[in-house]
This record gives sequence, C-alpha cells and structure tokens, in this order.
Amino acid sequence: MKLITKIAGLAMASAIGLSSVSAFAAETIKIGEINHYKRMAAFTTPYQNGIKLALSEVNGAGGVLGKPLEFIYRDDQGKPGEAVKIAEELITRDGAVMITGTIFSHVGLAIASWAGQKKHVYLAAEPLADALVWAKGNKYTFRLRASTHMQASMLAEEAAKNPAVKYATIAPNYAYGKDAVAAFEKALKKLRPDVVFVTKQWPGLFKIDAGAEVQAIEAAKPDAIYNVTFGGDLAKFVREGSTRGLFDNRLVLGLLTGEPEYIDPLKDEAPENWIVTGYPWYDFKDGANKTFVDAYMAKYSERPGIGSLVGYMVVKTIAAGITKAGSTDTEALVKAFEGLDVATPIGKIHFREIDHQATSGAFVGKTKLKDGKGIMVDWTFKDGANYLPSDEEVKAMRPASK
Amino acid sequence: MTSVLEVKELSKSFGGNHAVNNVSFAVGAGELLALIGPNGAGKTTCFNMLMGQLAPDAGEVLLDGENLVGLPPRAIWRKGVGRTFQITATYPSMTVVENVQMAIMSDKKRLFSFLPYARNLYREEAVTLLDLVGMAEQADRAAAILAYGDLKRLELAIALAHKPRLLLMDEPTAGMAPSERIKLMQLTADIVADKGISVLFTEHDMDVVFAHAHRVMVLNRGEIIANGSVDEVRDDPLVREVYLGGGTVFADKEESENA
Amino acid sequence: MGPFIAQFLTGLANAAALFLVASGLSLIFGVTRIVNFAHGSFYMLGAFIGYTVMQLLPGAFGFWSSILVAGLAVGLIGVIVEMLVLRPIYRAPELFQLVATFGVILVIQDLALITWGAEDLLGPRAPGLKGVIRILGEPVPKYDLALIAITPFILFALWYLITKTRLGVLVRAATQDREMVAALGVNQSWLFTGVFFLGAMLAGLGGALQLPKGGADLLMDFNILASIFVVVVIGGMGSLPGAFIAAVLISVLNVFGVRYMPQSTLVLMYVVMAVVLIIKPYGLMGRKEVAGEHGQVGEPEQPFSPFGRRGRLIVAVLLIALATLPFLGSKFAMILAIDIIIVCLFAASLHFILSLGGLVSFGHAAFFGGGAYAAALMVHYAGSPMELAFVLAPIITGFLAIIIGWFCIRLTGVYFAMLTLAFSQLLWSLVFQWGEVTGGDDGMVSIWPSPWASDTTVFFYLTMIIGFGGILVLRHAAHSPFGYALRASRDSAGRAEATGINTKRVQFVAFTFAGAMAGLAGTLFVFSKGSIFPTELEIGKSFDALIMVFLGGVKTLAGPLVGASALSLMQDYLTRFEYWRLALGLLIIAVVIIAPEGIAGTSQKLAARWGIIRRDEVQ
Ligand SMILES: Nc1ncnc2c1ncn2[C@@H]1O[C@H](COP(=O)(O)OP(=O)(O)O)[C@@H](O)[C@H]1O
Ligand SMILES: [Mg+2]
Repeated sequence: MKLITKIAGLAMASAIGLSSVSAFAAETIKIGEINHYKRMAAFTTPYQNGIKLALSEVNGAGGVLGKPLEFIYRDDQGKPGEAVKIAEELITRDGAVMITGTIFSHVGLAIASWAGQKKHVYLAAEPLADALVWAKGNKYTFRLRASTHMQASMLAEEAAKNPAVKYATIAPNYAYGKDAVAAFEKALKKLRPDVVFVTKQWPGLFKIDAGAEVQAIEAAKPDAIYNVTFGGDLAKFVREGSTRGLFDNRLVLGLLTGEPEYIDPLKDEAPENWIVTGYPWYDFKDGANKTFVDAYMAKYSERPGIGSLVGYMVVKTIAAGITKAGSTDTEALVKAFEGLDVATPIGKIHFREIDHQATSGAFVGKTKLKDGKGIMVDWTFKDGANYLPSDEEVKAMRPASK
Repeated sequence: MTSVLEVKELSKSFGGNHAVNNVSFAVGAGELLALIGPNGAGKTTCFNMLMGQLAPDAGEVLLDGENLVGLPPRAIWRKGVGRTFQITATYPSMTVVENVQMAIMSDKKRLFSFLPYARNLYREEAVTLLDLVGMAEQADRAAAILAYGDLKRLELAIALAHKPRLLLMDEPTAGMAPSERIKLMQLTADIVADKGISVLFTEHDMDVVFAHAHRVMVLNRGEIIANGSVDEVRDDPLVREVYLGGGTVFADKEESENA
Repeated sequence: MGPFIAQFLTGLANAAALFLVASGLSLIFGVTRIVNFAHGSFYMLGAFIGYTVMQLLPGAFGFWSSILVAGLAVGLIGVIVEMLVLRPIYRAPELFQLVATFGVILVIQDLALITWGAEDLLGPRAPGLKGVIRILGEPVPKYDLALIAITPFILFALWYLITKTRLGVLVRAATQDREMVAALGVNQSWLFTGVFFLGAMLAGLGGALQLPKGGADLLMDFNILASIFVVVVIGGMGSLPGAFIAAVLISVLNVFGVRYMPQSTLVLMYVVMAVVLIIKPYGLMGRKEVAGEHGQVGEPEQPFSPFGRRGRLIVAVLLIALATLPFLGSKFAMILAIDIIIVCLFAASLHFILSLGGLVSFGHAAFFGGGAYAAALMVHYAGSPMELAFVLAPIITGFLAIIIGWFCIRLTGVYFAMLTLAFSQLLWSLVFQWGEVTGGDDGMVSIWPSPWASDTTVFFYLTMIIGFGGILVLRHAAHSPFGYALRASRDSAGRAEATGINTKRVQFVAFTFAGAMAGLAGTLFVFSKGSIFPTELEIGKSFDALIMVFLGGVKTLAGPLVGASALSLMQDYLTRFEYWRLALGLLIIAVVIIAPEGIAGTSQKLAARWGIIRRDEVQ
C-alpha cells in the first residue's frame, strides 16, 4: 500500500511538473503534432527531422507573429480514438493553436471529424485518403500532400503511353489500397478505354503471402502490373516476383515505390524499369529542392526521405498560414489557409478554397539500380494542380456544409 | 411396500469394461437402502445414471413410475431427487449459507432474477436447514475453508433444500473420523425418517451400514450379488468371499476418497 | 496441373516458419499452461538476430549457422523471460501470466527498436539457393524447396525428442497431468525453464528461417501472433502433429484463397478456425479440456457481499468528488475521465463473464466495437438521434452476443477463448471488408451527440450517469440470484446441474448481458470520439480489456475498475516519453510480480492482513 501511495505520489508530482513546464513556456505558439511515431518510426523519424529543420529556420528568422513556433509531438499508437483524445489534450491543456500530422488515413479521418465538430484547424500532413478533403471533408481540415487520387492519376498518365492492355493490380487490403486502385483504374480507363483489368490482388497489409500473390498474378497473364504495396510487403513481393520472373518483359507501375523510405531497404534488389512516384533527392542540381536537401544533410548527415520533405513543408505551411492570419484564432486561421500560397522546396503550393487540398505535386520516374541501390531516373515533377478534379466534381463529392 | 424408485436392468460399459451390468432394484418409500461393494464395483457409475449424469447403455430408471432415462440431472432434480457426491461438490466462492440458498433459489425458480440481493433471499430457510445438519454456527464462513466433514454435512443440507422424495448419497461419510460417521448417519436417518424421504446410499464403513440401513445391496463388478436385510447380507458367504476372501467380517477399511 | 502443384509447394514452404513458431507456442502451452502472447516477439527477435549474425558470417555455412545461432540466442532470451518474469507468478490465478507476457511484448518492441533501428531489414538470400527450379514448367524457388525439406526433419526431431527422450517423457507427462510430474520427483521449475528454452528457440528458428523470404521488421511480432494462435488451436492445443497439419492446412488454403478469392486474405484463416472448432471443439488433434483439470491455481475466490453502509458512503463520496471535476480540472481532465469511465465499463463487462462466469473471452472487443458500430450505423443511415442509439445499440449488441454465444458457450477454457477470438476477427473483417456500408478502415465519422449533450461538460455528466449506471448494474447483477447462479456454474458445474441449474443457459444469458454492456460502453465511445474505426474491433482491443481485468485483480469486483483506470493513466502519462513502451512494459511486469492477485486483489489482501479491513469485507 505504502509503495502504491508512493508511486501515485511520484506520478502526481511528475504530472504536475509536466504541466507546469508547459505553463512556463507560454510565450511560444504551439502546434500539436500527432503521429504514429513508434510503429512507423521508419517514416516518422525523417518526418520529425524535417519539422525540426524547418523550425530552426523559421524560429531563427524571428518566428511567427514575433513568437517562436513550437511543436509538441505525441504518439497516437495508431488508434483513432487515442488520437482524438490527444488532439483534445493538445488543444485544451497544452494550448496548441492547431493540430497537424498523422500518417494513417483512418487516424487522419478521425481527427478531421473531430476538428470539424470542435472547430479546430487540422492540417493533415501524410494521410493520403481522398475522402479527407472530399467525401468527408470539412471546413477546418486541410491537406498538404498529393493525395492518392493525384498520384494514381499521374501514374495512369504514364501507363497510358504504353501499349499494355491487360492490367493486374496488387494493393494492400485496406482503404488506401482500394482508393489507389480505383483512382488508377478510373484515370486509365478515361485515357485508354481499351484497357482491361485481369486480376486484382488484395494481400492483407503487412501480411502478404508473396509467393501466392506472384503465382496468382502470373496466372492471369497481364501485360502490366500496378503495384500499391509498400514497406515489408513490397520487399517480399519484389523478391518473390524477381525470383519467379514475374516482372520480366512487363510494364510495372509502383505507387510510392520510389520513395526513399520504401526503395532503400530493397538495396540491390530494387526492381528496375518500374514507373514510380518517389523522391529523387540525389538528383537535384540546383534550386529550392537542392537547398533543402543540402541543409538537411548538413544537419543530420543522412539522406532526407519523402517524410522529411513533408515535415519541412508542414512547418512552412503553418508559419505562412499564421503569418497570413495575423493571429492564432481558429476562424482567422481557416480564412488564411483557404487560398494560402506557400513556397516550398518543390515549388509554390496553393491550398484550394474549394476543397482545402494543396496542389503539392509529385516526382514520377523510372527505377534503376545504381551502386547497389534503387534510384529514380528520367524523372519529372508533376504539378498536383493538374491532377485534381474540377470544381463541379468536388462540389458533388464534398458534403453541403463545406 | 410401494417403491419410490425402480431400476430395471440398468447397464453401462466403458469400452469393454462392464461397470454396471444388468442391475435391477427398487427403493421403497421411506427406506434407507445401502449399496455396498468394493472399490470399482460400479456404485458411483450407478448413481451417475440415476441422476442423469451418465446415459445408460440400457435399462430404465423409474421414479414413481416415470422414466428418468434421457433427462439431464437438473430435470431429475426438479422431479424430487437430490444427490451428494463422493467427492464433495459445493461452491467454494460462496459462504456456507449461500450454498444452501443457491439450491433454494433454484427450487423457487429465481435463477434468472436480477433485482433482489441473493444473500437476503431464503436465508432463514437456509439457516434452518443448516441447523438441521448442525452447521448453523458456520453459516457465514466461506465454504472453501470448511473441514471435509463439514463439507459433507453442507452437501446434505444442500441436497435437502428442495424437499426431495429421494436422496442419493455417494459415500456420505468418506473422509470423516469414525465417531463422526456414526453421528452424521444417525442425523441423516433421523431427518429422512422425519421427512419421509427415501435414501439410497453407498458406504464403506460397515458399522455405519449395519447401524442404519434398512436393507443392503451388494454390488460386485457391476452386478448385484446380494440384496436383503442387514443380517442376511452379513451372513452371505459370497459377500464374505468378495469382500475379504474369508477372514474377519467387514473390517473397517479406509478407502481412498477417489475410489 | 503445373500451376496447381507450384501453388501447393508455395503453401508448403509458407507452412515451415508458421509450424516452427506455432509448435513452440503449443509446447509452452501444453506444459506450462501459459498463453504466451510474447511468442511473436521471440519470432521477431529470431529474425533480427539472424539478420545480424548473417552479416558477420559469410557463405552458405555462415547462413545456416546464423539460423542456429539465432535459435539458440532466442532460446536463451526465453529462459531469461521465464526465470525473471514468469517464475515468480506461477501460482497466480490461471491466465494471469498472459498479462506478464504482454509486458514482455512491449519491452521487446522498444529494445528491438533501440538495437536495430526503425527501418525494415530485407533478409539476405540463402547462398546457393537464389534461383528457381522448374517443376512442370513452373518456377519454384530453390529456397522454398529447402524449407519444404527442412520442416519434416524438424517435425521428426521434435517427435524424437518428445517420444524417445527423458525430457520428452516429462513434457508429455506434464502436458497430461501436472501432479504426475511432481510425483516423478522432477523439479518442475527447471522443466518449465527447459520447455521455454525449446519453445522460444523454435520461434527464433522460425524467424531466422523466413529471412530469405522476407526480412526483419518491427511489426512482425503482432503480425504473426494471430496466425500462430489459429494454427495451435486448429491443431489442438499442445499437439505437435496437430500444429504441423494445421500450419500446412492454413498455408495451403491461403495460397489457393489468394488465387481464387483475392478478397479473402483477411478472413480465411478465421473462417477455417471457426469451422474446425464448431465441428471439432478441441481442434484436429487436441484432447478434451476438462475445466479445472489442471487445478485452479491460486486461492479460491473469497465470498463477497454488497457494500455495507460504510462502503456505499465511500462510493458516493468518490462519485460526488468526480462530479465536481468540471469545476476544478481542465477540460482535458473531463475528456480523460470520459475515456476512463468508458474503458471501466468495458472492462467490468468482460470481468462479469470472465471472473463470475469463468469464461475467458479473447474476443470481447466484438461487443465494444459492435455497439459502437451499431450506434454509428443507426445515426448514419437512419438519422437516429443519440438517445435512441443509446437504447438500441446495446440491444443490438446483445443479439450479436446471442449469435456468437450460441457457438461459443459449448466450449470451455482456452478453446472458448479462441473461438470468441475467431468470431471477433470475423466481425472485424466483415466491417473492414464491407466498405460500402461500414466505410471499411476509413471508418464512420461525424457521429456526434445530440446538440444538448455535445458540450464536453454535459457529455461528461452523461458518461458518468450511463457509465457508472452500467457498472452499478453489472455489480448488482453479481449480487443478484442470477449472478449467484453464474458463479455456481463456474464453481461446480456438477453441483449446479444436480441442483436444477441449467449452467449453459445461465452462461449464455450472462454472455449476452456482458455483450450488451460492452455495447453500451462502445456506444458511449462512438459519441465521445465522433467516429469509429475497425481498430475498436481488433484483437488488441480485446487484449486491452483482458490486461485491465487481470492487472486490477480478476477475483475482485473492484479489479476491472482499478485495472482500467491504472492502465489508462499509466498509458496516458507514459506515451509522452520516447521509450514509453519499454517503461509501460516494465511497469506492467513489476505490478504483476509485486501484486500477483492484481492491484485491487493484492491491496485488499494486504489491507486485510494489516487489519485495515475485515476479511469478510473484501470485495
Ligand atoms: N468415465 C469413465 N470412463 C471409463 N471408465 C470408468 C469411468 N467411470 C468409471 N469407470 C470404471 O467403471 C468402474 C466402476 O467405477 P465406479 O462406478 O467409480 O466404482 P465405485 O464407485 O463402485 O468405486 C471402474 O472400473 C472404473 O474404472
Ligand atoms: Mg465411487
């Protein structure tokens, strides 16, 4: 009993200590950053590094509205309910003025719904679900990254240039995978009505049975394969596929496959000649991209990932938004974010008034092995603005309340 | 004499082992009938079939003419048959009196009622029953900490809770000190005489059997080899043979509880 | 014919690692009766260690020795876990050890992250086995063939160990009868340690062997956990040949599932398990599990009684104190309190069936998430107001529990646990897969309370009333004749049946009631968060509730409340730190060792011993 009392006392004391720390630092503008830090550390660590780099730049230049910008990082454990609780805590107890972050779409959607109800600004950084700004969009939610729809459309455009007619798809069996296949199919059919989809494979996320998947795709004899798997699933799929010759003489398209976070672990087994979206950080000769990469490597002595770029852009976006708003009041922020233009390493992005989606683009290129590592060559940067649906389409998708 | 229970050609085998083989007998109203026999003779198996815990391979069990075969134990209990177990079966997480109250609640069909506090239901009736078996002072102790003999008495109180017509008692005094055995059996005899309950019991202690049984049946290897008054059975040469291979008559053999 | 055989071979190759890991789990369970949740972590460690050693040892010899080294190393880690964590708590209530193994999972997760970093490691390929062999024209990877060849060899080695050696005799004896081992004069704790070594080693071997087909990553532990439980249960707990057959069955079916029903990947395994358990309740080669056969470890439950005047007064004071929260604390304190009250109700509903009913459910999340989804669907499709949802969602959940209970109540013990798990996974995959209706894993959003209740303070009071109302109903039910009948059925089914109690029916009603109460908690949850996702139906959610109940004290009525509050607060506090899983894991293990009866159970015991409360006051 005594021990328990003691432990409780200690816990109390440190809890009070914790809250008083945040009370002292009231002179900063706080942003609540929620992410799946633990389980997705391969992605969130570069992401957090990107944030910190941008913060040092922003605060080095005097902060925003004369105050330094401060991020409070919290782990959501991948649970939407937990994320909502943390969001509430960040706002009501830690004094955050808005929320950003999340990598999983379902967590992003939960926070977006909460933001809409409780009227707090949420800048979705990583989650790619289309619903976030369309079917389930709301006034208080904004999204930074090029969404599933945008990236899939870019790949479809490249695919359409090839003679392939029979397509197979493989995507993790959850919403992101399904969105990515649906968007690709729709975009490709628009460009090439003759295309048919001969098989669609849906391995469980991070539970792929790669040998079986490869055999199933092979059995359908497609001309082209559209891959949405990533992480460990991708590694297994690529290895089984290469071993069994699945990719020989076939067009393969890979969504996100060229992102350093996903292609680097493949090392010298990275597939060649896939058309992928990704991030060719090694290939920039000059301009803002190069400046960012150099600054990042100088600070961390390791390569940036796509997450680093996103984290960096998050801070730049928020700094620009608060500056434009001239205050941290929620309604003022919403107004400021609508139509906000932000200068980023990948160029100027624009947050559309109609759906709060930023026009962030993506890099599309071909994979190649170089020095025992997969890279992208012949890449181009595609402006996201060209891959977004028209205002009419958006209006039809977004709930009336806006 | 009208019989309460009539058993006709009851059989049960486990694999090739005929645990109970073609057994027939009857229990008269108010009769205290002892079923004796060496370990493994089939007594418990027989009880299990009477109470519905085991399905017989063949035969009938008639309670006042109604066939019980195929009914589950709970239905047989509702028809007025109570039972105590060779290895006591009580509810260790409850107090002594709650153990008895549980049986009364079941009898009164209150099992699915959510509203009352169970501990207040039928407490007086339960204490009366405990008093009957001399357990009233221990009413509020946890059943888990009772001495073995007390557990046996508790079981008796539980078995009496629904005012049965027939009581099946499998070695009611096993594991008790000899003096206690006589006392408990005396108590049982008084209670059943008072309430007009018929009893079928198994017992290893022959002093107990000869002191209280109205009639004795001997089971050996699943078959009844003797059935009669205490004196008849005591003098039956076959019985002597089975029990002792000659020698002294029915010495007090301590049996393992798990026999 | 060619493709068919090639697919069959793929299935066989996949079965190799699965069988190794599952056989280890089965062995450990068979002998020690411990449901080792940390078994997936052993598998993960095998992969990581194997990877590291392969970097150091070159060539084919290096590759194969690395696998052995990984197995041995993980075996030793298993020994450490057994001696430090499990040995002190063998006498705790049945299944209590799973809480400790849950703590071990958390600790290993962070230690692996610290040691190997966050990035996925792609496993090296087996030297000399990189290519394919064409069988009837179909390419079959050489390494697959190697795996197919190795598995029977390992099965044979295990079979030899179990049937021909002294250790094997002891293992078999212990699997069948604990007391017999003691009678043989064997030091039981060393037997357990040995079995843990063997079991963990098998998991480690499995992890290292699969490297060429995959790699090592930090999600491996949970990803394999469900599959190996399924394999062990389908095969029959404790049966090695059963595990082998089940691993092959599941793997081969999976390969054909991928080919012919690509959408089936999530559910297939659980459907197979449910079907097998419905037809053969103890698995393909399992033995009937007699309840309490292995002895109820630990002391029997104490009798309990409703609070007296003093107790009621204390509860009233606590409730009033909590009700003043809006006047004292921040808004966040209310949000946290809402969360905690909801998990308290959820844990209390599990406790009702688990502790009073003796039915350990591994799938209670089905009812929590079920209630939440029922409410969300009503609001979303029927525009139902919140008030109606609060009435109907628990009822709907009750019906769900009737359906699930109808299949599960026939079983007892671990098989009951696993069948409930299977059904909750079926429900999860239904919700996950049926995106048109349920939104799939994008969930359902904008399920907010009625306007009058949408203010945090109002919703806090609403949660207090409904949450504590539910808890009080559960508590009262425990004291009612029905609660007694439930305990009677658990204490001695034979006695209960022989005194007119239809034990299965009582348990069925209790299961339904507990399900409905979990549904009520889920309904509160969905309105407090405004959204619902399949995560609330996941295995992890069911485990959370189990951990709470055991941590708090399974044998006390206060246990689930204490456990739920303690775990929520610990989590809320610790997740602020970088290595919170390590801290939480160690804390859980510490609590488990210091308080083997759970926090509430052990405190009450100490309080009684020190004369603070009377023995019979123990709740
Ligand atoms: N469930 C069972 N399965 C197999 N054999 C059994 C079973 N129950 C009892 N037996 C056998 O039936 C015979 C009679 O046992 P039992 O009725 O317990 O004898 P008693 O009660 O007279 O000592 C014994 O040989 C015993 O081994
Ligand atoms: Mg017997």
